[in-house]
Amino acid sequence: MNFSPAIGIGRLLSGFMSFGKKYGIEWWIMIIGALIVLAIIFMAVCARIIAPFSPYDQNAGPQLLPPNEKHIMGTDNLQRDVWSRIVFGAQTILRVAILAAIISSAFGITLGLISGFTGGFFDKTLSLIMDSVYSFPGLILAIAFATMLGPGVINITLAVAVIYIPTYFRLVRGQTLSIKEELYVEAARAIGASRTTILWQYIFPNVIATTVVIFSLNVADAIMIEAALTYVGLGLPPEIVDWGMDLAMGKKFLVSGQWWLITFPGAMISLLAVGFTMFGEGLSEILNPRLLER
Amino acid sequence: MVLVLLSIVFVVVRIMPGDPVSAMLGGHAPESVIEQKKEELGLNRPLAVQYIDYLLQICRMDLGESMVFKERVTKAIFQKLPATIELSICAIIITLFLGIFMGAYAADKRRSLRDYGIRFYGIIIYCIPVYWLGLMLQLIFGIWLDVLPIAGRTGPRVFASTFEKTGFYILDTLLIQNFSALGDVLIHLVLPGVTLGLILSGIFVRLTRANMLDILRSDYILAAEARGIPHYKIVYKHALKNAFIPILTMMGLQVALLIAGAILTETTFSWPGMGRLLLERIYLRDYPTIQGTIVVFALFVATISLIVDIIYAIIDPRIRY
Repeated sequence: MNFSPAIGIGRLLSGFMSFGKKYGIEWWIMIIGALIVLAIIFMAVCARIIAPFSPYDQNAGPQLLPPNEKHIMGTDNLQRDVWSRIVFGAQTILRVAILAAIISSAFGITLGLISGFTGGFFDKTLSLIMDSVYSFPGLILAIAFATMLGPGVINITLAVAVIYIPTYFRLVRGQTLSIKEELYVEAARAIGASRTTILWQYIFPNVIATTVVIFSLNVADAIMIEAALTYVGLGLPPEIVDWGMDLAMGKKFLVSGQWWLITFPGAMISLLAVGFTMFGEGLSEILNPRLLER
Repeated sequence: MVLVLLSIVFVVVRIMPGDPVSAMLGGHAPESVIEQKKEELGLNRPLAVQYIDYLLQICRMDLGESMVFKERVTKAIFQKLPATIELSICAIIITLFLGIFMGAYAADKRRSLRDYGIRFYGIIIYCIPVYWLGLMLQLIFGIWLDVLPIAGRTGPRVFASTFEKTGFYILDTLLIQNFSALGDVLIHLVLPGVTLGLILSGIFVRLTRANMLDILRSDYILAAEARGIPHYKIVYKHALKNAFIPILTMMGLQVALLIAGAILTETTFSWPGMGRLLLERIYLRDYPTIQGTIVVFALFVATISLIVDIIYAIIDPRIRY
């Protein structure tokens, strides 16, 4: 066995490039998206090492200092370092957005499976409710729920999660309806598999693949909703570091020309959302070869 | 569907925390006064009765009285609604113009650098939070270049009495033929309208492109090409017309996005519309107004989808109901 790490890496790279050739630009869109997301996740995880100051440190430098070598993104009105707040803010937004997407996918997929599989009155009622919620502006719903639950990280996560349940529900229900009629499901029924087995071992694995793409796009959307909620002043208590809240705070200094207070938090929100969207878009075109013809 | 939405609104508003009665009277009101006030507002009746009452009220176009200010909720809403509609219409026009032409152009030049550029624009613009774009445009055009106003619907030199007829400022100024006021109104509309329009255009670029690609491959396009009709005419006349139908369907679905965008744009630009009303009243815990605003939004969504269905039948004679 003459296996060395160099050959391994070489094989990996050539495999990587050949995928790039096979799928064209979609592959690179996905990879760039993944890199952006990983970079920001890395930033959030290693926040203590990366950030030069504590996000709460009110003696980091002079008040409202423009970006310079010591404070690469300047300081805010409370003498805090903007870059450090951005680094720590990544933790909040990632936690809320990813957790919200997990919660809503768990509920949406389960309900969609059961609803599509059982059919009947239950299915009709649930579909009606989900369709109504789906057509309603998500932001208003999230605002209403955030007000109802009060400020807090868990509460804002729930408020964001609620609005995406119908997205998963509709997708999974539709898929379940068509897969239910497939021959292999019929075969499973013929050999006497119970309804639970059919649902979880035959239908579920075939449905889950399509939800991966939606999940990624959903996180991107959740990021913007979370930031929007904190921007309008709902959702989080002021002691938590968050990009949306920093943006709302920076808005007060717009007229006096302190541009760095709004530019950087907003750019980070966009960048993170772009990362997740690019990853999801690239993935969806690769998973769906018919689209590749375009 | 409207009924389900109205029910959800009812439930959500009922379980919001904070007691509206003690909020109204201050923390130290005696027990008897609180009871009396609850009686007055009908808050101590069974929930089912309150629910029926609520539905009947909506049927009568009556949304109750504000708990904080002594005014009818409908009056407050009708003052704010035109501002939101004016902003939305302006944004839709910008969006359709940008989105559809860029999408059609990208589909025509498929797999070229320009196509990728436009697709990239579609992804990026969709991911930019509307309030941040608003703030940046305010910074660039309002503060640095100082050419456009950044807040409100009019400047200080225009009197409020100019706008008494409809509340739609453009229409009002046209009706009384006050063109300097019209110019002022339009210039205030530029930044919010462009902000919202740009954000929404991302999704239309993608939709138009995808639909156009399908259509450009169909046989009648090939036939038109064979007859020697100029290429631009085929793309922008023959194909675009047919691509418009699915786009219109999506437009109906994007109303939710439009409303969410409008709320955030209003907050950023101090635009006195429905979104600001909703947020202001949430801080004040003014339940009837919050409920009323959300109800109006729900009805707005339902109305738009109806209008889209009707436009459908007009544009495409193949569709019959």
